[in-house]
Amino acid sequence: MTALTREETEALIQEVLEVYPDAARKDRAKHLTVNDPTIEKSNKCITSNRKSLPGVMTIRGCAYAGSKGVVWGPIKDMIHISHGPVGCGQYSRAGRRNYYVGTTGVNAFGTMNFTSDFQEKDIVFGGDKKLAKIMNEIEQLFPLNKGISIQSECPIGLIGDDIEAVAKKASKEISKPVVPVRCEGFRGVSQSLGHHIANDAIRDWVLENRDGDESFQTTTYDVAVIGDYNIGGDAWASRTLLEEMGLRVVAQWSGDGTIAEMEKTPKVKLNLIHCYRSMNYIARHMEEKYKIPWIEYNFFGPTKIAESLRKIAALFDETIQAGAERVIERYKAEYEAVIAKYRPRLEGKRVMLYVGGLRPRHVIGAYEDLGMEVVGTGYEFGHNDDYDRTIKEMGNATLIYDDVTGYEFEEFVKRVKPDLIGSGIKEKYIFQKMGIPFRQMHSWDYSGPYHGYDGFAIFARDMDMTLNNPCWKQVQVPWKKAANEPVAVAASA
Amino acid sequence: MALRQCAIYGKGGIGKSTTTQNLVSALAELGNSVMIVGCDPKADSTRLILHAKAQTTIMSLAAEAGSVEDLELEDVLKAGYRGIKCVESGGPEPGVGCAGRGVITAINFLEEEGAYDEDLDFVFYDVLGDVVCGGFAMPIRENKAQEIYIVCSGEMMAMYAANNIAKGIVKYANSGSVRLAGLICNSRETAREDELISALAAKIGTTMIHFVPRDNVVQRAEIRRMTVIEYEPQAKQAEEYRQLAIKIRDNKNFVIPTPITMDELEELMMEFGIIDEVDESIVGLTAAAEATA
Repeated sequence: MTALTREETEALIQEVLEVYPDAARKDRAKHLTVNDPTIEKSNKCITSNRKSLPGVMTIRGCAYAGSKGVVWGPIKDMIHISHGPVGCGQYSRAGRRNYYVGTTGVNAFGTMNFTSDFQEKDIVFGGDKKLAKIMNEIEQLFPLNKGISIQSECPIGLIGDDIEAVAKKASKEISKPVVPVRCEGFRGVSQSLGHHIANDAIRDWVLENRDGDESFQTTTYDVAVIGDYNIGGDAWASRTLLEEMGLRVVAQWSGDGTIAEMEKTPKVKLNLIHCYRSMNYIARHMEEKYKIPWIEYNFFGPTKIAESLRKIAALFDETIQAGAERVIERYKAEYEAVIAKYRPRLEGKRVMLYVGGLRPRHVIGAYEDLGMEVVGTGYEFGHNDDYDRTIKEMGNATLIYDDVTGYEFEEFVKRVKPDLIGSGIKEKYIFQKMGIPFRQMHSWDYSGPYHGYDGFAIFARDMDMTLNNPCWKQVQVPWKKAANEPVAVAASA
Repeated sequence: MALRQCAIYGKGGIGKSTTTQNLVSALAELGNSVMIVGCDPKADSTRLILHAKAQTTIMSLAAEAGSVEDLELEDVLKAGYRGIKCVESGGPEPGVGCAGRGVITAINFLEEEGAYDEDLDFVFYDVLGDVVCGGFAMPIRENKAQEIYIVCSGEMMAMYAANNIAKGIVKYANSGSVRLAGLICNSRETAREDELISALAAKIGTTMIHFVPRDNVVQRAEIRRMTVIEYEPQAKQAEEYRQLAIKIRDNKNFVIPTPITMDELEELMMEFGIIDEVDESIVGLTAAAEATA
């Protein structure tokens, strides 16, 4: 099917908005737009980071999800207490596939769920005493933990528990960092505020821990990887490239990360930001306080990887610049073989995305390397600085949708008829049942890594096996199939 | 006689608990079967009936046992003077946890355990200070207290509080059967107090059901952890509580209140000389600024 024109896309948005009541239509209209790559500032065409409308089936999460699930959870040698009733921690346990090296339950705790399991009496009498007790038990049972974070669930903010006081006291007793995080789920409009709160907690309770301590031997090539959560091993596939070009990766935030790495980060020369949305706050803080510059990079697909490696190298000396060229050269045969194999099978296929964080714009280049086109994209919880960066990546007259509703997404898909959709687990089965190939792009659909050259090979294979899977030819229901074929005459008795 | 459920509200320190326990004792004396449900973490709503310092509360027992489901009714229900049944919801120390949730949990427990049996004539909820959150409105929600009595006095803040509580009642009255049943004036011996409270009652659509004068016998009885009715049944004050009890027993005047605006309330107070007319020119001026003005 040929691409929709600007007028057709605009008409489609209007048609989809048609069903809403007046107030809802007015609100949703601001979140949907037809892309114009020549626009500099996205606030001219789209509104974001606003409260979702009730009843529209938003795909967003909460502040707790942003803090515990995204930023803090992957720090593997700390224990993260989901403070409150059991559900928040248990139903989000290990779902994000942040890979790590370590022995779970001994010196790493990533896939475990620690919770204060609030009961009625904890609500009525407060949970501070229980929290203090839990921390003692953690220290006894898991002595190799390197610190504790307290991730507040909703009730903590309602009953006014003083978790900061408990944290300070416990930190003194166990001589390890204990970090209280006020990420109650009801705060803010999405998980985005949770990222910010989590960043602030790192700033206030972790980052200064080694100020004045010069014992760490630094080099001029020290960098930190910020905003890579090592989903399916992403950060590992990225780190090797940086190291091969001659940089020293001091810290990984926060996939396969440790608190010691975070504490050392103020000593690095450059912060490299992959997921801008969830960790730009801490990068800006380090820039202001420690004068550490930061740049964004993109390790999806060979084009963007090469661009990013060169952009990073330009901030260092010739050794590193030569290193970047060496790395690109070294992997060239490999990624060209990937493209040679998969591009013919994927050429011209059209993709619609709806994800969080960085992916709605960062993966576009990887699809383009395979000859595919992203014809619609949007963020669950992006802000306008995300859309500023997105409109340049997207083609003219493509669809952009912010905090898309279940209804809008389905209607857009019905009309745009993409060959592939990349979104979350809640969307997956709806679209698969509509007969459209789908990749779950939050946890890479139990695959990955997708970052780096290693990741690109897997990305290309996954897109091919999904899109060209023979099952899609089998999804037509028999009665509809029968209508197109000569009607078989039933044998008479 | 069908069970009548009444809730007593009013500004903190106005004498709700003392008045309620004396009133309930008088109702018991009249032959009624009565239960008091204390809805205040301080748990001082039943001490005069039980001659106790503070009754062990539902929430503290639940915390000990693990959860409220582990409790039996007889663990929390104590009988005191003339068989008056006493229960305290309990709750946290000041400054921690959620007292409102404690009230909700305790009342749900009483309902589920069948504390409201058919032999009861009256249940009185003695509720902390103001309706600060949903938890403290629990006693006036659907199928709980239908009659609200507000204890007040001729002091400015007590009247403000009474009017605010009336606003809270309106919300629940419109969606349920709860009604304002009257103001109980617990005298602080301010000027023209009875007239003032009668006038306030009229403005918000109800009556001053009784004027309880000030009498030191109340304090003497309290030191002994007793009601006046029990400590000195012949006292004049005991007679006052008996009259209050009879008036409440016979009360039929249940209304949706018509709370008044702040301006109206201030006007009323000015009329009775409680406050002076506000001189707008001095609002926000410090003493120093006034001196130089």
